[in-house]
This record gives sequence, structure tokens and C-alpha cells, in this order.
Amino acid sequence: MQKADATDRRLLRQLQAEASLTTADLAERVGLSPAQVARRIERMERDGVILGYGAVIDWRALGYAVAVSLRVTLDKTQPRAFDEFLAAARMIAEVDEIQTFLGRVDLRLNVLARDMAHYQHIYRTNILTLPHIADIEALMLVADVKNSESLAL
Amino acid sequence: MSDLDDMDRAILKALAEDGRLSAGALGRRLGLSQPATWRRVRRLEDAGILKGRRVRLNPEALGFGVTVFLGIKLATKGRISLEDFERAVIAIPEVQLVQHVLGLYDYRLRVVARDLADFERVLRRRIMTLPGVGNVEANVLLSEERRTGPL
Repeated sequence: MQKADATDRRLLRQLQAEASLTTADLAERVGLSPAQVARRIERMERDGVILGYGAVIDWRALGYAVAVSLRVTLDKTQPRAFDEFLAAARMIAEVDEIQTFLGRVDLRLNVLARDMAHYQHIYRTNILTLPHIADIEALMLVADVKNSESLAL
Repeated sequence: MSDLDDMDRAILKALAEDGRLSAGALGRRLGLSQPATWRRVRRLEDAGILKGRRVRLNPEALGFGVTVFLGIKLATKGRISLEDFERAVIAIPEVQLVQHVLGLYDYRLRVVARDLADFERVLRRRIMTLPGVGNVEANVLLSEERRTGPL
């Protein structure tokens, strides 16, 4: 189902580049009246095209210098492995992303820690105790080379 | 800036969920005056902790049905090959995220495509032809939860 026309996409491209643009800024950039822009934005929020607006937090600046991507394979002979693993992973405050996959790994957790000692503590007390783990691989973040979350609209 | 208090954390938490909250609305929610809230938000911005706002779009509603995470190992290493690879990969519009990592792979990528056929096109024409690219592993995203993290 197509929920956005060409004008909507133009608005979304502007918003993706700069989420803090006001209705008046947007109107000027796409050549509509502010009222028309407001109506389109409202419709896209109602239709679930725009899900919301979140603040971007720099975890390093907040003192979380370590970010590790943990790629987990589960013991699939356990029928409730996914549900039980996910429920337990949601309880770990330092986990800020949980993804499930079709592929070589089943899940990924993104873990934030203040330093390596803190990471080791989380890994031993919170991660290794999660249920139904068959295997874990870790990728440690060196740097974000690109982080746009933009869609090629 | 590591001297964050509970109010700063509450502000970050509220803004992570709704980045468009005004200082007034935020203050009312947390029992703080509008100027005091504004000063705290400003301080978090100046410290580089609050880096801005981002619109969250629904990829499926806009015709992007497939998200794939790629792990990429470079075949050749060295400063020049890293730079060549990075320059080329960030220019691909379907690639949302490029992370230089340590471990089994050298880079993690998040790729968004219209469907599996579109993903195959991106993989064959854009990813596999990147300078220095070696082993590539693909995992198709089934579900995703973003959480506020340790606030």
C-alpha cells in the first residue's frame, strides 16, 4: 500500500536531513503553505508513516565508551528459546537494541558499557546467564563511519 | 560531563521517546520550571550528549520491506584500502549504517531495500564491487526493539 505521494516524500527527505525543521521551514523548502504541510505531516503521523521523533544520544559523551554487538545463536531444540531469551534480555538496562534475524545468527544485542571492566561485569553476570544460548560472538565498535537511518526516498 | 543527576537522566529518557517535547511540556512532566528545563537541555546539548533530533519513519509503509545486516571482512588491509572502502560504502544510499568493528568482521552494515530482489541488486552491484571487499555474511532482520538504554 502506498501511503506517501511524491510531495510527502519531499517533506520526509527534508525531515530526515533535519528533524528540527518547523512547519514554516518545511513549507518554504517544498513550496507549500504551512497549513498544507501541517495537514500532510498530521496525516502521515496518523497513518503510521511517521512513527515519532527521538533524541539522538551520544553514549560516548555520556561516559559509555564501550559498545559491543553480541551475535547470539540459540538452542532451537527448546521451543520457547526465543521468547524466554528475549524476555530476559529486555531486563538488562545496558542493552539498547535487540534484533532477531533469519540467517547465520538468531539475535543481536547491542550492549553499552562505561569501560572494559564494566563490560566484563555485564557480560559475566547478565549476558552469560541468559537462557538457551548455544553460541555468542562479539563485535566491538571502533567507530561509526556512517549512521544516518535515512531511507533512500 | 559525568555529573548527570536523576533529573538530567529523566530529561534524556523523555526526549529519547519524544524528541519534539518543548522545554515547557518537558518541565511540566518532570515538575521543573520551563527556564530550568531549558537550561538543562542546553547543557546536555553543549556537552555533546544530546546530538539532535531524528524523525523515525516506518520503512514498510514507505515501500522498504527488507532490512539486512551485513558483516564484511576486507580481503586486503592497510590504511589506503580502509579509506577507499569507507569512502565508497558511505556513498551507497541503501546503506544506513557503517560501523568499523573488531572481531570476526571488519565492518557492520545495515542495508534497507524495497524487497529481496532489490536487496540482491544492491548486494551484487554495489556491495560485492566495493574496493577490498572479502567475505560477506548476511542476516535478514525479522524484528527489532530499540530501548532507551542505561539512563
